[in-house]
Amino acid sequence: MHIMSNTQSPSLFDQLGGQPAIEAAVDIFYRKVLVDDRISRFFEGVDMDRQRSKQKAFLTMAFGGPVNYSGKDMRNGHAHLVKMGLNDSHFDTVIELLGGTLKELGVADGLIQQVATIAESTRNDVLGR
Amino acid sequence: MPTLNFQSQSFPFDSGESVLDTLLRNGVPVSYSCKAGNCGACMLRAVDGEIPASAQAGLKDSWIAKGYFLACCCRPSDHLAVVPLDADARIAATIADITSIAVDVLRLRLRTEPFAFRAGQYVTVSLENGLARSYSIASLPGEEYLEMHIRLLPNGRMSNWLRNEAQPGSPLQLMGPHGDCFYTPGQAHRPLLLIGTGTGLAPLYGILRDALRNGHHGPIHLFHGARQPAGFYLNDGLSALAREHTNFQYTPTISPIDQTVAEHYPKPKETSAFLCGDPTLVQLLRKKLFLAGMDLRDIHADAFLPST
Repeated sequence: MHIMSNTQSPSLFDQLGGQPAIEAAVDIFYRKVLVDDRISRFFEGVDMDRQRSKQKAFLTMAFGGPVNYSGKDMRNGHAHLVKMGLNDSHFDTVIELLGGTLKELGVADGLIQQVATIAESTRNDVLGR
Repeated sequence: MPTLNFQSQSFPFDSGESVLDTLLRNGVPVSYSCKAGNCGACMLRAVDGEIPASAQAGLKDSWIAKGYFLACCCRPSDHLAVVPLDADARIAATIADITSIAVDVLRLRLRTEPFAFRAGQYVTVSLENGLARSYSIASLPGEEYLEMHIRLLPNGRMSNWLRNEAQPGSPLQLMGPHGDCFYTPGQAHRPLLLIGTGTGLAPLYGILRDALRNGHHGPIHLFHGARQPAGFYLNDGLSALAREHTNFQYTPTISPIDQTVAEHYPKPKETSAFLCGDPTLVQLLRKKLFLAGMDLRDIHADAFLPST
């Protein structure tokens, strides 16, 4: 599944560099998340390997790559965090860190905007609304 | 063409090919590591046929007598039938000796049936009454005894049994081995970071000696954390190893171990790390090493979960 692809130009996922770009981004992104005082508490005490693969799936989705996420998965996966107080401000922070990660990797602003738009589309499911 | 029988399967092979290569070529999932006769991971048992002497070089006489051999070094010229050493079978063991090596640490040495394991893995020790606990292996494959370091806990049923009732000759059963915190040959230049607290030193001691035995020449740094200096229960042996091997450095510390490591390695790069011991500390170190730039896949961890 390629979101936002069309026949004329390469897909967003390909423009971003595909799977290798995900690999490059995931550790940078995960480190940002772990040290950010605004959201780090939601990522404490969890298995880091499992957490990393979840981050990878999230990035793949946001990059317009091949994942099968349903809104229901999103809701179920984050329900316990919503109970811990996960709200819009935390979601904003994640989007911000995602943008920062891509900037660090030298991704053009236009593409970062597209990634943010896809990530944004999960907001209500993540926050259980 | 001669054939190799593995359980119920039969594989033709060219003379000169090792048993390990024949099995791998045919997609048989056998454990192996160094492919050079060092690690012992590929040990099998022959049930029919002639084993070349080179495949049993360095093995104990009692093992040779039972037909154990190293598949990577075994190049048979004729028919051979072999079976695996079943990793999940119960392994019979007897206590050779129990020695107090620190205020709260016992060294347990066992005589066991041969079984394939990697230094740094752990086994589950069980008694006839069903009591079972997991302990890391501090010895290397091929050594005379299977060695473990047991922390004495005030209400620890197994550790109290070992201290108060167990005798040399007492029978035990082992299950395993388990765990993926072990040295993998093939990158002899790579820096190794070994970090453990308390009896988390046991698997690290095995991993360290496994690396040295495999000719590891990259820097190896072992940090051992304890609450007080008396807890550095392998201080003499490790200090001696550090004198013998210029690439090995040993740092015992009573300071918070994550800080000690950070002082020495503010930016660990291209390093393999092994973390063993207290689960909270293992988790903290894992996070700190990751944040310092390490790849999570290079961080091997074995968190000791307490049970009494």
